[in-house]
Amino acid sequence: MATLYQSRKMTMPETHPEHLEFWQAAAEGKLLIKQCDSCGEYHYYPREHCPYCMSNKTTWKEAKGTGSIYTYSVMRKGVPYAIAFVTLDEGPRMMTNIVDCDLDAVHIDQIVKVVFKQSGDHDNPGSFIPCFTPVNGD
Amino acid sequence: MSIKGMAYIAGAFEHPTRKAPDKSVAVIHAECARGALADAGLSFKDVDGYFCAGDAPGGVLSMVDYLGLNVRHIDGTDTGGSSYIAHVSHAAQAIAAGKCNVALITMGGRPRSEGRSGVKQKLVGANVPDTPFELPYGPTAVNEYAMAAMRHMHEYGTTSEQLAWIKVAASQHAQYNPNAMLRDVVTVQDVLESPMIADPLHRLDCCVVSDGGGALVVVSPEIAKILKRPLVRVMGVGESPKGLMGGKVDLTYSGAVWSGAAAYEEAGITPQDIKYASIYDSFTITVLMQLEDLGFCKKGEGGKFVADGNLISGVGKLPVNTDGGGLNNNHPASRGGMIKVLEAVRQLRGEAQPQVQVGNCDLALVHGTGGGLASRHGSATLILERV
Ligand SMILES: [Zn+2]
Repeated sequence: MATLYQSRKMTMPETHPEHLEFWQAAAEGKLLIKQCDSCGEYHYYPREHCPYCMSNKTTWKEAKGTGSIYTYSVMRKGVPYAIAFVTLDEGPRMMTNIVDCDLDAVHIDQIVKVVFKQSGDHDNPGSFIPCFTPVNGD
Repeated sequence: MSIKGMAYIAGAFEHPTRKAPDKSVAVIHAECARGALADAGLSFKDVDGYFCAGDAPGGVLSMVDYLGLNVRHIDGTDTGGSSYIAHVSHAAQAIAAGKCNVALITMGGRPRSEGRSGVKQKLVGANVPDTPFELPYGPTAVNEYAMAAMRHMHEYGTTSEQLAWIKVAASQHAQYNPNAMLRDVVTVQDVLESPMIADPLHRLDCCVVSDGGGALVVVSPEIAKILKRPLVRVMGVGESPKGLMGGKVDLTYSGAVWSGAAAYEEAGITPQDIKYASIYDSFTITVLMQLEDLGFCKKGEGGKFVADGNLISGVGKLPVNTDGGGLNNNHPASRGGMIKVLEAVRQLRGEAQPQVQVGNCDLALVHGTGGGLASRHGSATLILERV
Protein backbone atom coordinates (compact mmCIF):
# COMPACT_ATOMS: atom_id res chain seq x y z
CA MET A 1 0.00 0.00 0.00
CA ALA A 2 1.18 3.50 -0.70
CA THR A 3 0.02 6.99 0.08
CA LEU A 4 1.03 9.05 -2.91
CA TYR A 5 1.67 12.74 -2.49
CA GLN A 6 -1.25 14.90 -3.59
CA SER A 7 -1.00 18.61 -4.22
CA ARG A 8 -2.52 20.61 -1.39
CA LYS A 9 -3.46 24.25 -1.12
CA MET A 10 -0.68 25.74 0.99
CA THR A 11 -1.37 28.80 3.12
CA MET A 12 0.14 31.90 1.49
CA PRO A 13 2.88 33.33 3.69
CA GLU A 14 2.90 36.99 4.67
CA THR A 15 5.83 38.77 3.05
CA HIS A 16 7.74 40.79 5.61
CA PRO A 17 10.29 43.40 4.51
CA GLU A 18 13.20 41.47 6.04
CA HIS A 19 12.39 38.42 3.88
CA LEU A 20 11.95 39.98 0.40
CA GLU A 21 15.10 38.41 -1.03
CA PHE A 22 14.09 35.00 0.31
CA TRP A 23 10.78 34.94 -1.57
CA GLN A 24 12.31 36.41 -4.74
CA ALA A 25 14.95 33.66 -4.76
CA ALA A 26 12.32 31.01 -4.01
CA ALA A 27 10.45 32.04 -7.16
CA GLU A 28 13.69 31.29 -9.06
CA GLY A 29 14.09 27.90 -7.37
CA LYS A 30 16.79 28.93 -4.90
CA LEU A 31 16.76 28.38 -1.15
CA LEU A 32 18.37 31.24 0.77
CA ILE A 33 19.47 31.02 4.38
CA LYS A 34 21.08 33.62 6.58
CA GLN A 35 24.69 33.60 7.76
CA CYS A 36 25.98 35.92 10.47
CA ASP A 37 28.84 38.23 9.53
CA SER A 38 30.04 38.32 13.13
CA CYS A 39 29.92 34.73 14.41
CA GLY A 40 29.66 32.89 11.08
CA GLU A 41 26.68 30.76 12.16
CA TYR A 42 23.87 29.90 9.76
CA HIS A 43 20.35 30.21 11.12
CA TYR A 44 16.78 29.45 10.01
CA TYR A 45 14.12 30.85 9.77
CA PRO A 46 15.99 33.83 8.33
CA ARG A 47 16.14 37.12 10.15
CA GLU A 48 18.18 40.29 10.17
CA HIS A 49 19.17 39.74 13.81
CA CYS A 50 21.52 36.82 14.51
CA PRO A 51 19.87 34.68 17.24
CA TYR A 52 23.25 33.40 18.42
CA CYS A 53 25.44 36.48 18.89
CA MET A 54 22.75 39.19 18.51
CA SER A 55 24.61 40.93 15.71
CA ASN A 56 22.44 42.75 13.18
CA LYS A 57 24.91 42.05 10.36
CA THR A 58 23.65 38.96 8.54
CA THR A 59 24.01 37.97 4.88
CA TRP A 60 21.85 35.87 2.55
CA LYS A 61 23.58 32.71 1.30
CA GLU A 62 22.27 30.22 -1.21
CA ALA A 63 21.94 26.83 0.46
CA LYS A 64 23.00 23.69 -1.39
CA GLY A 65 19.38 22.60 -1.08
CA THR A 66 20.18 19.16 0.24
CA GLY A 67 19.77 17.61 3.65
CA SER A 68 18.24 14.75 5.61
CA ILE A 69 14.95 14.23 7.40
CA TYR A 70 15.25 14.87 11.16
CA THR A 71 11.64 13.98 11.91
CA TYR A 72 8.26 13.92 10.16
CA SER A 73 4.60 13.06 10.53
CA VAL A 74 2.02 12.16 7.90
CA MET A 75 -1.39 13.74 8.57
CA ARG A 76 -4.06 11.09 7.97
CA LYS A 77 -7.13 13.34 8.27
CA GLY A 78 -8.19 14.97 5.00
CA VAL A 79 -5.69 15.24 2.13
CA PRO A 80 -2.61 13.43 3.48
CA TYR A 81 0.59 15.43 3.74
CA ALA A 82 3.97 14.97 5.38
CA ILE A 83 5.19 17.73 7.66
CA ALA A 84 8.85 17.41 8.57
CA PHE A 85 12.00 19.00 9.85
CA VAL A 86 14.93 18.68 7.48
CA THR A 87 18.52 19.22 8.63
CA LEU A 88 20.21 21.19 5.87
CA ASP A 89 23.77 20.28 4.93
CA GLU A 90 24.72 23.76 6.19
CA GLY A 91 23.39 22.83 9.67
CA PRO A 92 20.06 24.47 10.44
CA ARG A 93 16.87 22.43 10.78
CA MET A 94 13.82 23.81 9.00
CA MET A 95 10.13 22.96 9.04
CA THR A 96 8.98 21.78 5.61
CA ASN A 97 6.82 19.29 3.72
CA ILE A 98 8.06 16.13 2.02
CA VAL A 99 6.49 16.00 -1.45
CA ASP A 100 6.38 14.12 -4.78
CA CYS A 101 6.84 10.68 -3.27
CA ASP A 102 5.11 7.81 -1.44
CA LEU A 103 4.40 9.36 1.96
CA ASP A 104 4.35 5.89 3.55
CA ALA A 105 8.02 5.44 2.61
CA VAL A 106 9.21 8.68 4.22
CA HIS A 107 11.70 7.98 7.03
CA ILE A 108 14.10 9.67 9.40
CA ASP A 109 17.63 10.17 7.96
CA GLN A 110 16.26 9.99 4.39
CA ILE A 111 18.35 12.13 2.02
CA VAL A 112 16.26 14.86 0.42
CA LYS A 113 16.62 17.85 -1.89
CA VAL A 114 14.67 21.07 -2.15
CA VAL A 115 11.79 21.57 -4.60
CA PHE A 116 9.41 24.51 -4.66
CA LYS A 117 5.60 24.41 -4.55
CA GLN A 118 3.46 27.45 -5.14
CA SER A 119 1.18 28.50 -2.26
CA GLY A 120 -2.38 29.70 -2.73
CA ASP A 121 -4.34 28.44 -5.72
CA HIS A 122 -4.93 29.03 -9.43
CA ASP A 123 -7.07 32.14 -8.87
CA ASN A 124 -4.94 33.59 -6.10
CA PRO A 125 -1.35 32.32 -6.44
CA GLY A 126 1.14 33.05 -3.68
CA SER A 127 4.86 32.70 -3.01
CA PHE A 128 6.84 29.57 -3.85
CA ILE A 129 7.51 27.47 -0.76
CA PRO A 130 10.64 25.35 -0.21
CA CYS A 131 9.66 21.68 0.19
CA PHE A 132 11.83 18.58 -0.03
CA THR A 133 11.67 15.33 -1.96
CA PRO A 134 13.73 12.15 -1.60
CA VAL A 135 16.76 12.05 -3.89
CA ASN A 136 16.74 9.11 -6.27
CA GLY A 137 17.49 5.82 -4.64
CA ASP A 138 16.81 6.82 -1.03
CA MET B 1 13.69 36.96 46.31
CA SER B 2 12.22 33.48 46.62
CA ILE B 3 8.45 33.02 46.60
CA LYS B 4 8.73 29.85 48.70
CA GLY B 5 5.95 29.96 51.27
CA MET B 6 4.89 33.49 50.29
CA ALA B 7 1.45 32.53 48.90
CA TYR B 8 -1.27 29.91 49.29
CA ILE B 9 -3.95 28.53 47.01
CA ALA B 10 -7.14 29.13 48.96
CA GLY B 11 -9.82 28.69 46.30
CA ALA B 12 -10.18 26.21 43.45
CA PHE B 13 -13.10 25.46 41.15
CA GLU B 14 -13.52 23.32 38.06
CA HIS B 15 -16.61 24.04 35.99
CA PRO B 16 -18.64 20.82 35.69
CA THR B 17 -19.74 21.48 32.10
CA ARG B 18 -18.06 19.76 29.17
CA LYS B 19 -20.41 21.19 26.54
CA ALA B 20 -21.80 24.70 26.87
CA PRO B 21 -23.25 25.94 23.57
CA ASP B 22 -25.69 28.24 25.40
CA LYS B 23 -23.14 29.97 27.62
CA SER B 24 -21.07 32.93 26.52
CA VAL B 25 -17.37 32.54 27.27
CA ALA B 26 -17.46 35.50 29.68
CA VAL B 27 -20.19 33.72 31.67
CA ILE B 28 -17.99 30.62 31.96
CA HIS B 29 -15.21 32.83 33.38
CA ALA B 30 -17.64 34.49 35.81
CA GLU B 31 -19.08 31.17 36.99
CA CYS B 32 -15.59 29.81 37.58
CA ALA B 33 -14.58 32.95 39.48
CA ARG B 34 -17.71 32.70 41.64
CA GLY B 35 -17.00 29.03 42.34
CA ALA B 36 -13.37 29.54 43.35
CA LEU B 37 -14.14 32.52 45.57
CA ALA B 38 -16.97 30.62 47.29
CA ASP B 39 -14.60 27.68 47.77
CA ALA B 40 -12.13 29.99 49.50
CA GLY B 41 -14.80 31.73 51.57
CA LEU B 42 -14.11 35.06 49.86
CA SER B 43 -16.15 37.40 47.66
CA PHE B 44 -15.57 39.37 44.46
CA LYS B 45 -15.07 42.47 46.62
CA ASP B 46 -12.01 40.88 48.25
CA VAL B 47 -10.16 40.45 44.94
CA ASP B 48 -7.33 42.95 44.38
CA GLY B 49 -5.36 41.11 41.69
CA TYR B 50 -6.63 39.53 38.46
CA PHE B 51 -4.92 37.14 36.04
CA CYS B 52 -6.10 35.68 32.73
CA ALA B 53 -4.72 34.53 29.35
CA GLY B 54 -5.72 34.40 25.71
CA ASP B 55 -8.93 32.44 26.30
CA ALA B 56 -10.39 35.37 28.27
CA PRO B 57 -12.53 37.34 25.84
CA GLY B 58 -11.11 40.83 25.44
CA GLY B 59 -8.24 40.02 27.77
CA VAL B 60 -7.56 41.50 31.20
CA LEU B 61 -9.23 44.85 30.53
CA SER B 62 -12.53 43.44 29.28
CA MET B 63 -12.70 40.80 31.99
CA VAL B 64 -11.90 43.15 34.88
CA ASP B 65 -14.61 45.47 33.56
CA TYR B 66 -17.09 42.63 32.95
CA LEU B 67 -16.60 41.15 36.41
CA GLY B 68 -16.72 44.59 38.05
CA LEU B 69 -13.44 44.00 39.85
CA ASN B 70 -11.59 46.69 41.72
CA VAL B 71 -7.99 45.54 41.37
CA ARG B 72 -4.56 47.07 41.84
CA HIS B 73 -2.59 44.35 40.03
CA ILE B 74 -3.25 42.70 36.64
CA ASP B 75 -1.38 40.16 34.51
CA GLY B 76 -2.33 38.83 31.07
CA THR B 77 0.63 36.51 30.51
CA ASP B 78 -0.17 34.03 27.74
CA THR B 79 1.97 30.94 27.18
CA GLY B 80 -0.90 28.87 25.80
CA GLY B 81 -2.20 26.06 27.98
CA SER B 82 0.51 26.48 30.61
CA SER B 83 -0.49 30.12 31.28
CA TYR B 84 -2.42 29.41 34.49
CA ILE B 85 0.52 27.60 36.06
CA ALA B 86 2.62 30.67 35.30
CA HIS B 87 -0.18 32.82 36.72
CA VAL B 88 0.09 31.06 40.09
CA SER B 89 3.80 31.86 40.01
CA HIS B 90 3.15 35.49 39.07
CA ALA B 91 0.42 35.80 41.69
CA ALA B 92 2.82 34.52 44.34
CA GLN B 93 5.43 37.03 43.18
CA ALA B 94 2.91 39.89 43.26
CA ILE B 95 1.70 38.89 46.73
CA ALA B 96 5.29 38.60 47.98
CA ALA B 97 5.99 42.09 46.61
CA GLY B 98 2.90 43.52 48.29
CA LYS B 99 1.14 44.27 45.00
CA CYS B 100 -2.01 42.31 45.91
CA ASN B 101 -3.37 39.99 48.61
CA VAL B 102 -6.19 38.12 46.88
CA ALA B 103 -5.35 37.08 43.33
CA LEU B 104 -8.08 35.65 41.09
CA ILE B 105 -7.10 33.54 38.04
CA THR B 106 -9.82 32.52 35.59
CA MET B 107 -9.92 30.47 32.40
CA GLY B 108 -12.66 29.07 30.25
CA GLY B 109 -13.80 28.45 26.72
CA ARG B 110 -15.96 26.34 24.48
CA PRO B 111 -13.90 24.89 21.62
CA ARG B 112 -16.24 21.88 21.49
CA SER B 113 -19.30 24.01 20.80
CA GLU B 114 -17.32 26.16 18.39
CA GLY B 115 -16.10 23.13 16.41
CA ARG B 116 -12.39 23.62 17.01
CA SER B 117 -9.97 20.69 17.02
CA GLY B 118 -6.33 19.74 17.09
CA VAL B 119 -6.21 18.85 13.39
CA LYS B 120 -7.23 22.32 12.23
CA GLN B 121 -4.43 24.31 10.70
CA LYS B 122 -3.07 27.22 12.65
CA LEU B 123 -4.07 30.72 11.58
CA VAL B 124 -1.95 33.45 10.08
CA GLY B 125 -0.71 35.99 12.60
CA ALA B 126 0.00 39.43 11.24
CA ASN B 127 3.70 40.31 11.42
CA VAL B 128 4.62 37.24 13.47
CA PRO B 129 8.16 36.61 12.22
CA ASP B 130 8.11 32.81 12.20
CA THR B 131 4.72 32.14 10.60
CA PRO B 132 5.73 32.66 6.92
CA PHE B 133 8.20 29.78 7.36
CA GLU B 134 5.75 27.42 9.06
CA LEU B 135 2.10 27.99 8.16
CA PRO B 136 2.42 26.88 4.51
CA TYR B 137 3.47 23.44 5.78
CA GLY B 138 0.21 22.80 7.65
CA PRO B 139 1.37 22.62 11.28
CA THR B 140 -1.43 21.62 13.65
CA ALA B 141 -1.42 20.74 17.31
CA VAL B 142 -1.35 17.03 16.60
CA ASN B 143 1.27 16.79 13.83
CA GLU B 144 3.69 19.01 15.76
CA TYR B 145 3.55 16.76 18.81
CA ALA B 146 3.65 13.77 16.47
CA MET B 147 7.00 14.93 15.07
CA ALA B 148 8.42 15.06 18.59
CA ALA B 149 7.08 11.54 19.20
CA MET B 150 8.55 10.25 15.94
CA ARG B 151 12.01 11.54 16.83
CA HIS B 152 11.78 10.21 20.40
CA MET B 153 10.91 6.77 19.03
CA HIS B 154 13.85 6.96 16.62
CA GLU B 155 16.42 7.97 19.24
CA TYR B 156 15.22 5.98 22.24
CA GLY B 157 13.13 3.11 20.90
CA THR B 158 9.97 4.44 22.53
CA THR B 159 6.95 2.47 21.30
CA SER B 160 3.28 3.19 20.59
CA GLU B 161 2.43 0.57 23.23
CA GLN B 162 4.32 2.56 25.85
CA LEU B 163 2.57 5.80 24.84
CA ALA B 164 -0.76 3.96 25.02
CA TRP B 165 -0.17 3.20 28.72
CA ILE B 166 -0.50 6.94 29.42
CA LYS B 167 -4.01 6.90 27.96
CA VAL B 168 -4.82 3.67 29.81
CA ALA B 169 -3.86 5.33 33.13
CA ALA B 170 -5.97 8.40 32.32
CA SER B 171 -8.98 6.25 31.53
CA GLN B 172 -8.52 4.20 34.70
CA HIS B 173 -8.70 7.46 36.70
CA ALA B 174 -11.53 9.02 34.69
CA GLN B 175 -13.93 6.16 35.40
CA TYR B 176 -14.26 7.56 38.93
CA ASN B 177 -14.75 11.20 37.87
CA PRO B 178 -18.48 11.86 37.34
CA ASN B 179 -17.70 15.01 35.30
CA ALA B 180 -15.12 13.42 32.99
CA MET B 181 -15.93 13.69 29.30
CA LEU B 182 -14.72 10.12 28.61
CA ARG B 183 -15.28 7.57 31.39
CA ASP B 184 -14.78 4.26 29.60
CA VAL B 185 -11.68 2.32 30.59
CA VAL B 186 -9.51 1.53 27.57
CA THR B 187 -6.70 -0.95 26.94
CA VAL B 188 -3.37 -0.59 25.17
CA GLN B 189 -4.94 -2.49 22.28
CA ASP B 190 -7.85 0.00 22.10
CA VAL B 191 -5.37 2.86 21.72
CA LEU B 192 -3.34 1.09 19.03
CA GLU B 193 -6.50 0.20 17.10
CA SER B 194 -7.94 3.71 17.18
CA PRO B 195 -7.55 5.60 13.89
CA MET B 196 -4.15 7.07 13.08
CA ILE B 197 -4.44 10.89 13.09
CA ALA B 198 -0.84 11.95 12.44
CA ASP B 199 1.86 9.26 12.51
CA PRO B 200 2.63 7.97 15.15
CA LEU B 201 -0.25 9.45 17.19
CA HIS B 202 -3.61 7.68 17.20
CA ARG B 203 -6.89 9.26 18.05
CA LEU B 204 -6.65 7.95 21.62
CA ASP B 205 -3.20 9.52 22.00
CA CYS B 206 -4.96 12.91 21.75
CA CYS B 207 -6.74 14.91 24.44
CA VAL B 208 -10.45 15.64 24.35
CA VAL B 209 -11.91 18.85 22.92
CA SER B 210 -14.17 20.12 25.69
CA ASP B 211 -15.95 23.22 26.87
CA GLY B 212 -15.52 24.35 30.42
CA GLY B 213 -13.07 26.19 32.60
CA GLY B 214 -11.74 26.76 36.07
CA ALA B 215 -10.50 29.35 38.50
CA LEU B 216 -8.05 29.72 41.35
CA VAL B 217 -7.69 32.12 44.25
CA VAL B 218 -4.13 32.71 45.47
CA VAL B 219 -3.77 34.62 48.74
CA SER B 220 -1.18 35.92 51.18
CA PRO B 221 -0.19 33.72 54.16
CA GLU B 222 -2.06 36.03 56.56
CA ILE B 223 -5.33 35.63 54.65
CA ALA B 224 -4.85 31.89 54.09
CA LYS B 225 -4.58 31.32 57.83
CA ILE B 226 -7.93 32.98 58.64
CA LEU B 227 -9.81 31.06 55.92
CA LYS B 228 -11.34 27.68 56.73
CA ARG B 229 -9.73 25.68 53.93
CA PRO B 230 -6.77 23.27 54.04
CA LEU B 231 -3.50 25.17 53.57
CA VAL B 232 -1.91 24.60 50.15
CA ARG B 233 1.37 26.49 50.00
CA VAL B 234 3.29 27.57 46.89
CA MET B 235 6.81 26.18 47.34
CA GLY B 236 8.58 26.64 44.03
CA VAL B 237 7.99 27.77 40.48
CA GLY B 238 9.80 27.77 37.16
CA GLU B 239 9.03 29.09 33.71
CA SER B 240 10.91 28.50 30.46
CA PRO B 241 10.09 29.19 26.84
CA LYS B 242 11.65 26.93 24.22
CA GLY B 243 11.66 27.60 20.49
CA LEU B 244 13.40 26.41 17.35
CA MET B 245 16.72 27.92 18.42
CA GLY B 246 17.59 29.38 15.06
CA GLY B 247 17.59 25.88 13.57
CA LYS B 248 19.60 24.10 16.30
CA VAL B 249 16.44 22.59 17.77
CA ASP B 250 16.34 19.16 19.41
CA LEU B 251 12.73 17.95 19.60
CA THR B 252 13.37 15.17 22.11
CA TYR B 253 13.20 17.47 25.14
CA SER B 254 11.02 20.34 26.32
CA GLY B 255 11.49 23.51 28.36
CA ALA B 256 10.65 21.39 31.42
CA VAL B 257 14.37 20.66 31.77
CA TRP B 258 14.80 24.29 32.85
CA SER B 259 11.48 25.16 34.51
CA GLY B 260 11.51 21.92 36.51
CA ALA B 261 15.06 22.42 37.76
CA ALA B 262 14.25 25.98 38.85
CA ALA B 263 11.11 24.87 40.71
CA TYR B 264 12.89 22.02 42.52
CA GLU B 265 15.67 24.34 43.57
CA GLU B 266 13.30 26.97 44.91
CA ALA B 267 11.24 24.39 46.79
CA GLY B 268 14.37 22.61 48.05
CA ILE B 269 13.11 19.17 47.01
CA THR B 270 13.84 16.44 44.45
CA PRO B 271 11.51 14.57 42.07
CA GLN B 272 11.60 11.57 44.43
CA ASP B 273 9.79 13.64 47.09
CA ILE B 274 6.71 14.20 44.89
CA LYS B 275 3.61 12.19 45.91
CA TYR B 276 1.34 13.28 43.05
CA ALA B 277 1.99 14.95 39.68
CA SER B 278 -0.31 16.80 37.30
CA ILE B 279 1.51 16.48 33.98
CA TYR B 280 0.20 18.27 30.90
CA ASP B 281 -1.39 15.73 28.59
CA SER B 282 -2.37 17.39 25.35
CA PHE B 283 -1.04 14.16 23.83
CA THR B 284 0.46 11.03 25.32
CA ILE B 285 3.95 12.00 24.11
CA THR B 286 3.70 15.28 26.04
CA VAL B 287 3.46 13.34 29.31
CA LEU B 288 6.32 11.00 28.49
CA MET B 289 8.76 13.75 27.53
CA GLN B 290 7.87 15.94 30.50
CA LEU B 291 8.34 13.07 32.98
CA GLU B 292 11.86 12.60 31.62
CA ASP B 293 12.59 16.32 31.54
CA LEU B 294 11.32 16.74 35.12
CA GLY B 295 13.69 14.04 36.32
CA PHE B 296 11.19 11.32 37.25
CA CYS B 297 13.29 9.01 35.07
CA LYS B 298 16.35 9.30 32.84
CA LYS B 299 16.11 10.81 29.36
CA GLY B 300 15.01 8.12 26.96
CA GLU B 301 13.56 5.87 29.67
CA GLY B 302 10.13 7.52 29.72
CA GLY B 303 8.64 4.65 27.74
CA LYS B 304 9.60 2.11 30.37
CA PHE B 305 8.56 4.48 33.16
CA VAL B 306 4.98 4.99 31.95
CA ALA B 307 4.34 1.35 31.02
CA ASP B 308 2.53 -1.31 33.04
CA GLY B 309 0.31 1.08 34.96
CA ASN B 310 3.07 3.03 36.71
CA LEU B 311 1.02 6.27 36.48
CA ILE B 312 -2.16 4.72 37.95
CA SER B 313 -3.06 5.77 41.49
CA GLY B 314 -2.80 2.84 43.88
CA VAL B 315 -0.99 0.73 41.29
CA GLY B 316 2.14 2.53 40.12
CA LYS B 317 4.92 4.54 41.69
CA LEU B 318 3.83 7.98 40.45
CA PRO B 319 0.10 8.78 40.33
CA VAL B 320 -0.44 11.22 37.44
CA ASN B 321 -3.58 13.13 36.41
CA THR B 322 -5.98 11.37 38.75
CA ASP B 323 -8.96 13.33 37.37
CA GLY B 324 -8.45 11.64 33.99
CA GLY B 325 -6.44 14.58 32.65
CA GLY B 326 -6.85 16.24 29.31
CA LEU B 327 -6.95 12.81 27.70
CA ASN B 328 -10.20 11.87 29.43
CA ASN B 329 -11.56 14.49 31.81
CA ASN B 330 -11.37 17.97 30.39
CA HIS B 331 -9.21 20.22 28.17
CA PRO B 332 -11.29 23.42 28.17
CA ALA B 333 -10.45 26.12 25.64
CA SER B 334 -7.80 23.65 24.38
CA ARG B 335 -5.73 24.78 27.38
CA GLY B 336 -5.11 22.23 30.08
CA GLY B 337 -2.99 24.05 32.67
CA MET B 338 -5.79 25.29 34.92
CA ILE B 339 -7.28 21.84 35.41
CA LYS B 340 -3.79 20.52 36.17
CA VAL B 341 -3.48 22.91 39.13
CA LEU B 342 -7.03 22.13 40.29
CA GLU B 343 -6.45 18.38 40.54
CA ALA B 344 -3.20 18.93 42.44
CA VAL B 345 -5.08 21.14 44.91
CA ARG B 346 -7.79 18.49 45.29
CA GLN B 347 -5.15 15.82 45.96
CA LEU B 348 -3.34 17.96 48.54
CA ARG B 349 -6.62 18.74 50.30
CA GLY B 350 -7.68 15.10 50.27
CA GLU B 351 -10.63 16.05 48.07
CA ALA B 352 -9.84 13.92 45.02
CA GLN B 353 -12.23 11.10 44.13
CA PRO B 354 -11.78 8.49 46.92
CA GLN B 355 -10.75 5.71 44.51
CA VAL B 356 -7.81 7.78 43.22
CA GLN B 357 -6.91 9.82 46.32
CA VAL B 358 -3.19 9.48 47.07
CA GLY B 359 -2.53 8.61 50.72
CA ASN B 360 -0.83 11.33 52.79
CA CYS B 361 -0.49 13.51 49.72
CA ASP B 362 1.55 16.42 51.07
CA LEU B 363 3.72 17.38 48.09
CA ALA B 364 2.56 17.74 44.49
CA LEU B 365 4.04 18.94 41.23
CA VAL B 366 2.14 20.62 38.41
CA HIS B 367 3.70 21.02 34.99
CA GLY B 368 2.42 22.46 31.73
CA THR B 369 3.56 22.77 28.13
CA GLY B 370 1.66 25.48 26.29
CA GLY B 371 1.91 26.12 22.56
CA GLY B 372 3.63 23.76 20.12
CA LEU B 373 6.17 21.18 21.21
CA ALA B 374 7.77 21.29 17.73
CA SER B 375 7.70 25.07 17.33
CA ARG B 376 7.50 27.33 20.34
CA HIS B 377 6.19 26.36 23.75
CA GLY B 378 6.06 27.79 27.25
CA SER B 379 6.94 25.39 30.06
CA ALA B 380 5.80 26.13 33.60
CA THR B 381 6.37 24.09 36.75
CA LEU B 382 4.73 24.58 40.14
CA ILE B 383 5.41 22.75 43.39
CA LEU B 384 2.72 22.82 46.05
CA GLU B 385 2.74 21.57 49.65
CA ARG B 386 -0.06 20.86 52.05
CA VAL B 387 0.89 22.40 55.37
ZN1 LIG C 1 26.00 35.81 14.99
